[in-house]
Amino acid sequence: MFCEKATELVRELHRAPEGQLPAFNEDGLRQVLEEMKALYEQNQSDVNEAKSGGRSDLIPTIKFRHCSLLRNRRCTVAYLYDRLLRIRALRWEYGSILPNALRFHMSAEEMEWFNNYKKSLATYMRSLGGREGLDITQDMKPPKSLYIEVRCLKDYGEFEVDDGTSVLLKKNSQHFLPRWKCEQLIRQGVLEHILS
Amino acid sequence: MTEEPDFLGQDSDGGSEEVVLTPAELIERLEQAWMNEKFAPELLESKPEIVECVMEQLEHMEENVRRAKREDLKVSIHQMEMERIRYVLSSYLRCRLMKIEKFFPHVLEKEKTRRDGEPSSLSPEELAFTREFMANTETYLKNVALKHMPPNLQKVDLFRAVPKPDLDSYVFLRVRERQENILVEPDTDEQGDYVIDLEKGSQHLIRYKTIAPLVASGAVQLI
Repeated sequence: MFCEKATELVRELHRAPEGQLPAFNEDGLRQVLEEMKALYEQNQSDVNEAKSGGRSDLIPTIKFRHCSLLRNRRCTVAYLYDRLLRIRALRWEYGSILPNALRFHMSAEEMEWFNNYKKSLATYMRSLGGREGLDITQDMKPPKSLYIEVRCLKDYGEFEVDDGTSVLLKKNSQHFLPRWKCEQLIRQGVLEHILS
Repeated sequence: MTEEPDFLGQDSDGGSEEVVLTPAELIERLEQAWMNEKFAPELLESKPEIVECVMEQLEHMEENVRRAKREDLKVSIHQMEMERIRYVLSSYLRCRLMKIEKFFPHVLEKEKTRRDGEPSSLSPEELAFTREFMANTETYLKNVALKHMPPNLQKVDLFRAVPKPDLDSYVFLRVRERQENILVEPDTDEQGDYVIDLEKGSQHLIRYKTIAPLVASGAVQLI
């Protein structure tokens, strides 16, 4: 049946839980585009026949193929657009540098879209207020306290705190640090907020 | 310790009204704008003056904290206050960006058809961001799929494809200024149009579209 491959693309994303980005289905996309090309060419020849040969009995088939073409396009654009939305969420979740595992799931064009989005967002954030702007990807949750207890999950190295002193973030070490400094590292998985 | 800075809020174009707002009033305005933005289904009027003034306020506070001696308690309290304000401001701006990205073709269309003198829903920087987002997305879709499709299918009208904000969704509100004769349209065909009065201080659950202008004017507060 027509549009099966396109529906499969949509189903693939529907199955992936929110926030997850499955690998880019380049093959699937190519097949849908090929099917569209074939349908279009068949319609072209049938339209000519219908017009010149007076074969008006071909018209239902032509309409049917046209509907399939529209459906294929709709599924394709929905697939691509939904992936863009997931990729956009990655910028807010992980920051400017994406983990490698995710990068491998993105096509080159998606990467380009991501880079453009990053740039746009950075320009906007820098324009806020008078001086260097405001990083609105920080402060994602209402602050409960100034300092928080954190445990280091991976070796990170030296980490500088406000008053110039630095802390050595070694795996399994625990620290009492200013909340806003830790936010990014917590999101990246380097630190873990200990809730007592 | 340090005094609260005597704060003067001005319109960004300087010339028009000079509104003297205490810091407390400024933060209250920020919180009101924040809650309205959070609960309204569409992108509300942009408030660049509030954003600018709050950023200035944060800078003042940071200066004061830096200059003060490290008497833990007062410094901590001010730092905590700064973090809270920064959170509200960031959340407000994030909320706006999310709506901009969600409804981008409609946001741009509304800006294009806006008449001179009407307040804009987008700050100039937000407008630039929206345009870049639209161009980025259109180019991407064209290059990856659309240009490989049959010629009569290569154009996708994003304005029709991307859903509009649902102005019929219901919102909670508190009335700040008494309103009379608000026309409420019926949900079902059986009911006719009817008129209600909104008493000051009362709270209601009502369709957003009915009271949208009241949110813009500040007569009601979304909660």
